[in-house]
Amino acid sequence: MKIITHFLLSCASLLFAGSVMATPVDTYEFKSVENQERALALSDQLRCPQCQNQNLVDSNSPVAKDLRLEVYKMVDGGKSDDEIINFMTSRYGNFVLYKPKLDSETYILWLGPFGLLILGLFIGFIFVRKQRIQESESTTLSTEQQAELDALLNNDKTIK
Amino acid sequence: MKKLVLFIPLVIFLVMGVFLYQGLFLNPKVLDSALEGKPLPAFQLERLEVPSELVTEKDLPAKVSMLNFWATWCPACKYEHPYLLMLSKRNILPIYGINYRDERALAVKELRTQGDPYTMNLFDVNGRMGLDLGVYGAPETFIVDHNGIIRYRYAGPIDQTVWTQTLYPMIQQLQAEAKIDGAS
Repeated sequence: MKIITHFLLSCASLLFAGSVMATPVDTYEFKSVENQERALALSDQLRCPQCQNQNLVDSNSPVAKDLRLEVYKMVDGGKSDDEIINFMTSRYGNFVLYKPKLDSETYILWLGPFGLLILGLFIGFIFVRKQRIQESESTTLSTEQQAELDALLNNDKTIK
Repeated sequence: MKKLVLFIPLVIFLVMGVFLYQGLFLNPKVLDSALEGKPLPAFQLERLEVPSELVTEKDLPAKVSMLNFWATWCPACKYEHPYLLMLSKRNILPIYGINYRDERALAVKELRTQGDPYTMNLFDVNGRMGLDLGVYGAPETFIVDHNGIIRYRYAGPIDQTVWTQTLYPMIQQLQAEAKIDGAS
């Protein structure tokens, strides 16, 4: 009986743990829930310039903390996503974006995979077509070839 | 023509190989400064020793100068300190010290005991100016030209190698530019 209640309790706690999401909002109070969600989503997409492999939400470094707060304030101040991203890239460069903007420096990054895909399809197409042509050529045998083939097959039988 | 097509994968492989090989020698800690070529952002900071005295970007003279972000909590700054002291004695250019996210008393004490290489000391207690300059650690050094344009950012401690190979040639060039501008 005790075990069952324990089990049920732990299940319940797990259930509630899911709904209470731990978010490092520091002690910042947002004007609205939408603002909070937007600010967290934005900080999630921005890379911490110091720790490099963490985003602003994950990182504990002082710079990340400052930048996080700056993002929160700008969201509450009614700034658009673009304005906030511009604020970040004008200081720390494109490096802070996990998803780089499409510009002259990043064309190869964005279009490269499609280019490779097209190239691969092209090569595959040529390869397949070439094989088909060879196949159709080899199906028809001349009378001489047929005679040679028959001879070989007969030869084979006699050995057995 | 058909044979040439067969070489395409090899060419792609070689091109990618070259790029990836170069990538092996990149230092991920060196970030391009987004601010090179842009004017020094507006700031208003207290002087480190005199809290009541505010300094803005307009108070800096129109000279090639160096801004050095440092803090007492930063070991690399301690490493770079003697070199900066030596530089300040050579009187090549004004070096502004920006005490970054630090405690005023500690910073003042540090300068008193270890020597003060700076032309002027500013106090960036909450890292606001650092934020505007894209600073992500200390020490970081910015070279600003006579028009107040940021020309170079160096992240990391300055030592003999960095100075002779990178910073000094650039400073000499900028000072030459300043001279030409001043003469005309």
